[in-house]
Amino acid sequence: MAAGLTFPALRDPAATGRLGALLVLAVLLWPLLVWTEFKPWELLDARSLKSTGKFLSSFVPARHDAEFLTLMAKETWRTVAIATAGLSLAFVLAVPLALLSTARLSISSLTGRMAAWPYGLRQAARWLAIVLRSVPELVWALIFVRVVGLGPTSGVIAIAIAYGGMLGKVYAEILEAGDAAPTQALLRNGAGRLQAFFYATLPQCGSELVSYTVYRWECAIRSSVVLGFVGAGGLGQQLDTAAKMFSGGEVSTILIIFMGLVALADRLSAWLRKALG
Amino acid sequence: MSLKPRFTSTVMARGRCKACWVTSGILLVILLSFWSLNLQWREFLAPDAMLKMGQFLMGFFPPETSPAFLAKTWTALLETLAMSALGTLLAALGGLMLALPASKTHADDSARAKPVVRLVLNALRSVPELVWASLLLIAAGLGPFPGTLALALHTTGVLGRLFAESIENAAPGPAFALRVRGVGEMRIFLYATLPQIWPQVISYTLYRWENNIRAAAVLGVVGAGGLGQMLSYHLGLFQMRETSTVLIGMIALVALVDGLSYVSRRWLDR
Amino acid sequence: MTVLPVLELQGFSVRHAAARADAVTIQGVNLSVQRGEAVAIIGPSGAGKTTLLHAVACALKPVSGSITLLQTQPWALSRRDLHRLRARLFLAPQSPPLPPRQRVVTAVLAGQLPRLGLWASVRSLFYPMDIPAAQDALAHFDMADKLFERVDRLSGGERQRVGLARAFVSNAELILVDEPLSALDPTRSQQAITALVRAAQTRGATLITTLHQVEVARAHFERIVALRDGRVFFDTPAAAVTDGMLRDLYADHEDELTVGMQGAAALKDGVRDAAEVTRAMTCR
Repeated sequence: MAAGLTFPALRDPAATGRLGALLVLAVLLWPLLVWTEFKPWELLDARSLKSTGKFLSSFVPARHDAEFLTLMAKETWRTVAIATAGLSLAFVLAVPLALLSTARLSISSLTGRMAAWPYGLRQAARWLAIVLRSVPELVWALIFVRVVGLGPTSGVIAIAIAYGGMLGKVYAEILEAGDAAPTQALLRNGAGRLQAFFYATLPQCGSELVSYTVYRWECAIRSSVVLGFVGAGGLGQQLDTAAKMFSGGEVSTILIIFMGLVALADRLSAWLRKALG
Repeated sequence: MSLKPRFTSTVMARGRCKACWVTSGILLVILLSFWSLNLQWREFLAPDAMLKMGQFLMGFFPPETSPAFLAKTWTALLETLAMSALGTLLAALGGLMLALPASKTHADDSARAKPVVRLVLNALRSVPELVWASLLLIAAGLGPFPGTLALALHTTGVLGRLFAESIENAAPGPAFALRVRGVGEMRIFLYATLPQIWPQVISYTLYRWENNIRAAAVLGVVGAGGLGQMLSYHLGLFQMRETSTVLIGMIALVALVDGLSYVSRRWLDR
Repeated sequence: MTVLPVLELQGFSVRHAAARADAVTIQGVNLSVQRGEAVAIIGPSGAGKTTLLHAVACALKPVSGSITLLQTQPWALSRRDLHRLRARLFLAPQSPPLPPRQRVVTAVLAGQLPRLGLWASVRSLFYPMDIPAAQDALAHFDMADKLFERVDRLSGGERQRVGLARAFVSNAELILVDEPLSALDPTRSQQAITALVRAAQTRGATLITTLHQVEVARAHFERIVALRDGRVFFDTPAAAVTDGMLRDLYADHEDELTVGMQGAAALKDGVRDAAEVTRAMTCR
């Protein structure tokens, strides 16, 4: 039995590693604080407190006269419409992108490695999707506002492009996550690519594709509100105007409507995913 | 998994296919959306519009590369990166603090604070970062500070809820053994729950950083500093060459953070 | 001078957490355990051994009857006082309650938490404050070399021993252990049970263990309580337990009895089985 023996006190071997990591974090944290001009005490200086206080107190009561509420109802529909239209166009863009970039429908790879040309094409399609998705939709909107002017068109196009890339990339991933055997079996027997897609790949992944698309619709509504800040109309634009005019009452109404909209969309999307899945 | 029949008229006539009704409903909403928005397709697709856009796009090349401007862009890039990193870090801390009261840690937990804290978390995450930023400008003035706070607030809502779900899904054994001995809830959290959920905490935080770098890049549009502010400024003045430099910076930054996050997650999973 | 018992159960009835509303797992148990005793609870599967142990640890509220623990009525106490009472007992569940990514040293030292302040607890997470205590506890189970390993890199038997080592650092007056030997081979089982009993003795603590291995119970414990269908079947000194009593206890569960005795037979013959036995020998 080992009882009664004393051991030399051991040092914790992980101690140096942890100390080192802590030092590295501290060293990295300092420039972060400097670059972001992180001065929380500025929130509490007298002048800023007064203006914040005035703004916050104007939140109550929330503006609820009929004229304002009717306007808000119209703008809410406009926000949803921009999101829906944008997402449908994104879908139209994403489907060919996904079909082009997925290796699942590759005929050349049935007999070993994928040939050079198809591989290049697929990679190009993949990278296009990645580029489209890397640029935030707000940036797209800003650019298109210069071209087509203010209004919902720029918002719809911005969502269509950004979400098209997003959907395209994820659709391709979903298609590749499923079992390759059914699709390959059809391709080997001479079926066309689209035929193989409809008869073998889509039935496998269909519900997941639908589920992800519905989830993205929810996100598109949030994006649509954000795009309102650069002139695409809808709730976002109203919120921007109200905030710039310091009308706390209108801001709080719009925020409440917005949170309700998000909750509703959340609920609806869950129901849709169950109904269609 | 069979392909659900979509538009066979017999099925719809029988009215039994729920998915068909739902799908037609969706199509209806889509059509309504396009129609009610009165989109300016002519503006966008007409030949002269195409020409205008072509000219517009040509203005992007070549990007502005004077050293002075590159230096400015570099500073803005660092500012944006810092905003996203600090905002995400603060949100991880805030999320952890709020996750415990927002979860029901064991079967007999009264979880009195849970409904309220969950409501707070939902409110925080429903409001997009940009909206937070525009509201915080009033309290914090222009610059990257309100942007950081806006990111932190919104992401706290997201991470708080994700962490709370992780806590509720963690294996109950270790916590039970400590609770039986009367150890306080905070210590149970530190010694039994947190070690179990730690990989998920890191993973979610890194994943949100990827999202936040995109958000940080655009927050500047409302005046919160960084690349977004530069973009809005130069685009407003139709200075396309400067705009394209800023855009390239944005894309590079997003790609960098995506890569860092991916590599970190792979390294931590080993 | 009457010495008050550490544990006194009277007409104690408990319902298992997942049981139906009308099913009572433990029925009318009367039990009295004095300070410093080492008691083994045996019985066939479904007898309610784990439920009884958890109820004694105040993890389950009784349906009827009374429990007097360390001279107090635990369920009549305020929450704070109950909390403080809990610190004086220690429960080692059957499945080692160790977070997978935690290191052994921290997992063992978690046994000290009830008497550490919050700041000390947090500090100990970053740098374990009492490494010698953990070392000593693990040494009793021949595990001192695994001090800084991660729990999920240990085998099932090693994890079980780490769970038992926690009892050593806990300073509890009442140690409750559920099936300490389920994942251990006969040699390790002997080592573990001897270490446990001796640790309880040196600390003057009371030890109550549920065991599946009947012969181990007979060999190492002075008193054996047998449960069957939630009731006490017999409660006698170990020396007075006959094979006939055991056969009656395990009626309709003979295979568990033979398995329990086979394990012990190997122990008695000193057969060294290097491989760790899987949990197939448990009755849960």
